[in-house]
Amino acid sequence: MGNFSRKVERFLEVFINAGGYVRVLEGLKNTLLIAVLGLVIGLAIGTLIATVRVLPKYKRLPRVLNGFCSFYVELFRGTPMVVQLLVFYYVLLPLIGVKMTSVAVSVVVFGLNSAAYISEIMRSGIQSVDPGQMEGGRSVGLSYANTMLRIVIPQAIKNILPTLGNEFIALIKETSVVSFVGATDLYVAFNYIGSNSYEFMVPYLVMAILYILMVLIISLLVKWMERSLRKSDRGR
Amino acid sequence: MIEVVNLTKSFGDLQVLKGIDLTIEQGEKVVVIGPSGSGKSTMLRCLNCMEDPTSGQILYHGVNLADMHVDINEQREKIGMVFQHFNLFNNKTVLENIMLAPVVTQKKHMKKLRRQQKQNKSADVEILTNAQIKARAKENALSLLERIGLADKADAYPSQLSGGQKQRVAIVRSLAMHPDVMLFDEPTSALDPEMVGEVLEVIRDLAKSGMTMVIVTHEMGFAREVADRVLFMDEGIILEQGTPQEIFENPQHPRLQEFLSKVL
Ligand SMILES: Nc1ncnc2c1ncn2[C@@H]1O[C@H](COP(=O)(O)OP(=O)(O)OP(=O)(O)O)[C@@H](O)[C@H]1O
Ligand SMILES: [Mg+2]
Repeated sequence: MGNFSRKVERFLEVFINAGGYVRVLEGLKNTLLIAVLGLVIGLAIGTLIATVRVLPKYKRLPRVLNGFCSFYVELFRGTPMVVQLLVFYYVLLPLIGVKMTSVAVSVVVFGLNSAAYISEIMRSGIQSVDPGQMEGGRSVGLSYANTMLRIVIPQAIKNILPTLGNEFIALIKETSVVSFVGATDLYVAFNYIGSNSYEFMVPYLVMAILYILMVLIISLLVKWMERSLRKSDRGR
Repeated sequence: MIEVVNLTKSFGDLQVLKGIDLTIEQGEKVVVIGPSGSGKSTMLRCLNCMEDPTSGQILYHGVNLADMHVDINEQREKIGMVFQHFNLFNNKTVLENIMLAPVVTQKKHMKKLRRQQKQNKSADVEILTNAQIKARAKENALSLLERIGLADKADAYPSQLSGGQKQRVAIVRSLAMHPDVMLFDEPTSALDPEMVGEVLEVIRDLAKSGMTMVIVTHEMGFAREVADRVLFMDEGIILEQGTPQEIFENPQHPRLQEFLSKVL
């Protein structure tokens, strides 16, 4: 046990005096930034894709768009996130000659990747909404897009909120791959502490605890949101 | 006001409507009866192109709604529809349910007017701000709720209402658009018996106010009471039509006689 407390001391030493906490904070910031922005971008693009995929298909344009969207979804769900990240950073960006920070690239890739997953979640969410809701909207002269946006999608989001919460948690966990393109995440931060204290037990333990804490907080947040959204269901 | 010319509708291989011709006059109350599966709902839903007709024309004030180039949303603003299962917006309060469409469509119209006004400066029309549009819609919605005795439910969600209350709200949601005609598809079929009366009461009042109405119903007593004309549909055609008296007291076609003997 005395051994363990020495390890803790060494950890704290590097964490506090050798700038470890700065990196941990930066890692935490990047992790949250990439996951949150990734989710927001994913929600926006994913909803758009889902809407295209549930469009009535007797005209040509929706069919073409639908084909494109299902290709997109297959592409992003069919390859690992690390591969997408590496291809974006080391292949695509140099090819088109654009410079982006590794965090920015991570945000974009996480957004595009989660869009693919969220579009499928959202599609089943939209399909779970009573078709009568769309008919009600159309019957009073609202357009398809308007009814979708104001009536169907809000109800779909409510239905899929727990699944979206899981997607967010998955994103948080997946951020541990952004170090592949040089972004500082929690892994990089704690690895730094480990290398400088020649002691990896405590840093990785603390890292694990931090991840668990984040996931717990998000789960609670999702539960709370669910409850407050369910107020329109009272008495059902 | 509405003229249906040789309307047919097929779902895949199944031809549900086999050539409907129908003219509905301003202020007329037309009640549609007929056995289950005869195509009553389908015909009604074709009237506002909720179902796209397979062939034929739906002329509404001379505009062919079946024409893909017609702005169907704009036309539907003036054609109210009430569904068997209410179809209130579950994520909106009663008040929001009633206000939503008037506010959204009014904003759209104002945008158009503003654009027109810019083009020829003489156009002298009243342009409302968004706040004014909302205030008016709210005032109108509240007075409609007052009319059906549900003013105290303005902030309730549909799930907190009884079936009868939902249907009454659904009716005034349509009325908030100031429609020229109202379509009803079995408005009381999904209701518990003790709630049928309150809904029929609202429809009856509406009939008295001179609204043009097309009502699909299994309530024969009500049909007889409000109808100017009754249509009997069977297997995708209008087999017989006439005044309630003609249809209920002196039915001609054996199919109609058989149908009436079952339901009366
Ligand atoms: N969207 C659809 N797809 C396929 N078939 C349909 C569709 N809507 C209706 N039908 C079929 O069309 C026929 C007529 O249906 P419709 O709902 O118009 O009958 P109805 O006279 O309103 O009957 P009910 O009194 O039971 O409401 C039925 O055989 C029905 O199964
Ligand atoms: Mg029907």
